[in-house]
Amino acid sequence: MTCRRFQSPRLKFEIPNLRFQISNLIPALVLFVLAPLSASAQIAVRGETVHTMAGAPLRDGVVLVRGGKIERVGPASSVQVPAGYRVVTARVVTPGLIDAHTVVGLSGYLNQPHDQMQIERSAAIQPELRAIDAYDAREKLVEWLRGYGITTIHTGHGPGALVSGQTMIVKTAGDEVDEAVVIPVAMVAATLGDAGLAEGSRAPGTHSKMIAMLRAEFLKAQEYDRRQQAAKEGERPARDLRAEMLARVLKRELPLLVTVHRARNIVAALRLAKEFNLRMVLDGASEAYLVTEQIKAAGVPVVVHPTMARAGGETENLSMETASVLRKAGVRVALQSGQEPYVPKTRVVLFEAAAAASNGLSFDEALSAVTIEAARLLGVEARVGSIEAGKDADLALFDGDPFEYTTHVTGVLVNGRLVSEERR
Amino acid sequence: MRKLFALLFTLCCACSLARAQERPVAFTGATLIPVSGPEVRDGVLVVHRGKIVAAGARSAVRIPQGAEVVDASGKVIMPGLVDTHSHIGGGSGGDSSAPMQPDVRILDSIDVRDASLMRARAGGITTVNVMPGSGLVLSGQTLYLKLRRGGVVDELTLRDARGEIAGGIKMANGTNPLRPGSTGPHPGTRSKAASLVREQFTRAQEYREKVRRAGGDRAKLPPRDLALEALAEALDGRRTVHFHTHRHDDILTAVRLSKEFGFRVVLHHVSEAWKVADEIARARVPSSIIMIEAPGGKLEAMDVSLTNGAALERAGALTGLHTDDYITDSRLFLRSAALAVRAGMTREGALRALTIAGAEMLDMKDRVGSLETGKDADFVILSGDPLSTYTKVLETWVEGARVFDRANPQDRLYAVGGFGAGRDQKLHYGCYEDAEGEGSR
Repeated sequence: MTCRRFQSPRLKFEIPNLRFQISNLIPALVLFVLAPLSASAQIAVRGETVHTMAGAPLRDGVVLVRGGKIERVGPASSVQVPAGYRVVTARVVTPGLIDAHTVVGLSGYLNQPHDQMQIERSAAIQPELRAIDAYDAREKLVEWLRGYGITTIHTGHGPGALVSGQTMIVKTAGDEVDEAVVIPVAMVAATLGDAGLAEGSRAPGTHSKMIAMLRAEFLKAQEYDRRQQAAKEGERPARDLRAEMLARVLKRELPLLVTVHRARNIVAALRLAKEFNLRMVLDGASEAYLVTEQIKAAGVPVVVHPTMARAGGETENLSMETASVLRKAGVRVALQSGQEPYVPKTRVVLFEAAAAASNGLSFDEALSAVTIEAARLLGVEARVGSIEAGKDADLALFDGDPFEYTTHVTGVLVNGRLVSEERR
Repeated sequence: MRKLFALLFTLCCACSLARAQERPVAFTGATLIPVSGPEVRDGVLVVHRGKIVAAGARSAVRIPQGAEVVDASGKVIMPGLVDTHSHIGGGSGGDSSAPMQPDVRILDSIDVRDASLMRARAGGITTVNVMPGSGLVLSGQTLYLKLRRGGVVDELTLRDARGEIAGGIKMANGTNPLRPGSTGPHPGTRSKAASLVREQFTRAQEYREKVRRAGGDRAKLPPRDLALEALAEALDGRRTVHFHTHRHDDILTAVRLSKEFGFRVVLHHVSEAWKVADEIARARVPSSIIMIEAPGGKLEAMDVSLTNGAALERAGALTGLHTDDYITDSRLFLRSAALAVRAGMTREGALRALTIAGAEMLDMKDRVGSLETGKDADFVILSGDPLSTYTKVLETWVEGARVFDRANPQDRLYAVGGFGAGRDQKLHYGCYEDAEGEGSR
């Protein structure tokens, strides 16, 4: 693993007296160099073990990749590698990993005001803030996660305000958000408990006030939507972007992602979900193991806090075994890297899954929490999360058990392109 | 009077430990990782009265008559881990009233009942250097502790060669101690920070010279100055300076200052060690590094690398590891060694970095850091290989007493987390707790 500073390839050409000639050559060069690696490249990935996450692992498996998609997968004995395919080998192959909640891309590695776009504190409730308007696809942390086999992230506005904004789902490849995006509006992010309190004497100043404000806002959105629907053409009331977003949540088009840790706050969130018939996803959920039955009964999935998250304040009771407890109770569980305020600036969900695998989850359960189960929770299982024909060719290659600390990621494919061959 | 009390106190502790250890205990069948030598399969470790009596292959070790024999087959036993940089115990050092406060002792603010100490024991840590933060140029005196079970800090402290409570001095350069645009007393630039250090150490040199000239004559002694006294101890080599530093140029500034004044230094964090590993090795300065899994979080950590361990090892520099708890979790200290190996450090080097290298940096090489006859009976019993994700710390022993037992539900709670494991601790990040202006930005 190297720790070189991020450099855009294009910058290398900007030597003033050479720029003119070289810039003329760039399109040709790019075509020439990138053609074999482009989305239409044909690659055969052969793994001693292939965890497809759709059935038992394959021994000596082959994954054929063409046109950015998985063309075919099966044991080497039955899948012939056609001529012209580049063969890449690995000890272990898994689906590209999915980080079910992060702020990377809105939050950058420098941790300076200009690269911290995950939280806006000018108002308590701002569901109209879009993640795509602040995502930096070239952010070093995006590249960093990709190098560890993470190919899909659910990122956007983070915890820290009552309703902080929208989230989205992106691939970790692509130079601009439009190339990377899978789902531009995935969820609306809310925070209950201490982390969502406003500063000073501004509202919300208490946990009860938080719920009161949310109920009032949802009622307003219901009313807004009713008036919009009832209005005759040409007489519609002025558009209200905030109410529109909450109306989409009320209509169950979008889940409300609620970051919440204390058991009492989790129960309050479930009460709100029931009152407004919301689709809800719990996030963090440090004390979920105290109210597992209630979560299960509500049919609400949980993106559990990073397994190795620091305990303190309202997360003082977090447990490395929470994912296991919830999974055993039949609650849908995915894992996340979360949000880090300092050093390291992000966690790596591969490591959090590894820690979960040594704290109650089986290997398969832990791997599924960062692949197929995460995909299902995020509603993107038709495209990612398992190695099946027709799905996006997102793969992570390892030289051993992916969860062993001393194993390396040896290759990463996103949309059929080998985006990293660095041993990391 | 105070010394008498301390002596009595130490004796009492020693007595109670001795009582608990009248019978030798022999752990048989485990794989021993002595660190001082090759790994031993089917080994035997014998401890008695707080010390290691024997460690080696079953065929080479005689189990004393009357010993309690514990079957440890299938398990791995290695020396207790030495964490050279931690913030457990919720202590604090100097305040924001001045940039250099060598008279302030973290000893006076540590809560040894804090859950963080139980978590450190759960991680296999037996010896720890507890430090004040890095928000000041010099934030105070650090404290070397043994993680004995004890309700007051005095039960955990160690004595140095002169019988004084053992510890070092914490210093920092780079951005944490800076207050950009400052009009005082804190430095606004790196040069000013270094200048303050030179000024204070120059005064300490003069103070030390006055004390020397007095030759024990009370009438000729200068008025006692607790701050200069602590710096003079550093000049005399009795206190090691633990120097927080990240960027390559800051690393070399720390080295330069230590050479100018002759104080012993251990570089801490050393985020850009991979850029100046040869210079560090040539200066014969030890490094205590941290394993951080992603870059950034602040500008001077933008190039932090997991390859630091490998780079320093290749260059031939003494290399230890630390948790910097809360930055990394004491319960996962073994993981730091594994990540260093992932990035190219040798297994042997990484295991030394967790144990004997740290012991050397804390001047305790003769007491701890390896499984050798005569050393303190500080060791951990693991369920498997120390570098595996799936391995658990089963037991932690300090001076022949078990201080963590995963089979005990209360201890397990600290190891895994859960309701009641934390109590309401303040979340703080040791590196920047005092750094106004740095903050979460």
